[in-house]
Amino acid sequence: MSDASQVTQSDRDEMRRNGILVTSIQEIYNWGRSHSVWPLQFGLACCAIEMIAASMAKYDIARFGSEVFRPSPRQADLLIVSGTVTKKMAPQVVRIWNLMPEPKFCIAMGACAISGGPFKQGYNVLKGIDRFLPVDLYIPGCPPRPEALLHGLIELQKRIGKEPMRTSRLSPAAGDSPAKTYVLPEFGEHDIVPPCNPAIWKAPELTGLDRT
Amino acid sequence: METIEAIRDRILATFPGAEVTVVLNGSPSAQHSLRIGKAHALAIARWLRNDEALSLDQCSNVTGVDWPEREVTENKVKRIEPGCLEVVYHLYSISKRLGPVVIRMRTGNRTDDVTLPSLTPVWRACEFQEREVFDLFGVHFGGHPDLRRILMWDEFKDHPMRRDYVAPDDFDWEPTPHDDVLARAKENREKRTAAPAKEGGA
Ligand code: SF4
Repeated sequence: MSDASQVTQSDRDEMRRNGILVTSIQEIYNWGRSHSVWPLQFGLACCAIEMIAASMAKYDIARFGSEVFRPSPRQADLLIVSGTVTKKMAPQVVRIWNLMPEPKFCIAMGACAISGGPFKQGYNVLKGIDRFLPVDLYIPGCPPRPEALLHGLIELQKRIGKEPMRTSRLSPAAGDSPAKTYVLPEFGEHDIVPPCNPAIWKAPELTGLDRT
Repeated sequence: METIEAIRDRILATFPGAEVTVVLNGSPSAQHSLRIGKAHALAIARWLRNDEALSLDQCSNVTGVDWPEREVTENKVKRIEPGCLEVVYHLYSISKRLGPVVIRMRTGNRTDDVTLPSLTPVWRACEFQEREVFDLFGVHFGGHPDLRRILMWDEFKDHPMRRDYVAPDDFDWEPTPHDDVLARAKENREKRTAAPAKEGGA
């Protein structure tokens, strides 16, 4: 298993053409894992409609093994934050994430989930869910088309496919313990407290602020 | 539908001593409204609903207006016009196919005298919308069956739709800042760069 990488991809393709399948345990393991990503049945705003469309017959996310939208966070391993995260909703989103078992993945779908989108300057909109959750993948758009969500899912599958089995997210080597919980914001008098999780988010340094 | 002046005259005939003023709207829509004193508001509202000719059985919309204190110059004399909060109701008659009739109420000021009678006992549809006006403007509705915040969380102290509301400062990450937001993003960056230096000194 450990030396599977010594067989190059072209060797494998050659053998496959001749009816010989060469693989590794890790490859099979990750192939299985990446094609049974179960998203949480959870939508926040207009983007959720596109997510629903992606799961219906025309776009059919089932082709990629993610048709099982689970209604319970205990059974899901993908959180698609599809829509506007209001500050009132933010603690619930983080709570749901904390309830999901490892290994889990988070996709920020749409401008709202990425940065607040068209409501960025609103008093009650969280300016990006990455202030509280470790986002694996961003899908821009307002809303992103269902194809974009499918593309995002395929990219995520590629990433899962590359995860080494021995240091998957469940193992301490990856820096994650199964019991890791993320800070739940509380409702304060003027804003949620804390306004972001400083352990995982820091304002990016910007250039060009001084242009006139 | 009868003119707003005719409605006012009929109200005054029924409720002598009530405060009713016509507020004219100069725009092409000419949607004039009636400003009603809070003392008689509930009785007048009930009358508007029960009146044979009007039968305003539907309240479609309740909203608020914040009038901050402002300085006006009249005859070269400056004076401060006190601020107040205003609530606006849009009434329709489904049975008579009339409307809208717009009524308004004003609070005494923007700080402590902010109670107005709730019209929920007359039009049940007002319930959530009055809660929204309470939440976002801070108008208290006396006689409302369940006056709680509806959009913001209960612990929240501010009223975001007031003109002097200052939103929490989370403008720390602005990919394309401009105008006010550019100013705030710059301020924020200065604060961020100043903060570690302070820690280092202490
Ligand atoms: S990004 Fe656009 S489509 Fe998606 S939730 Fe926000 S406003 Fe709606």
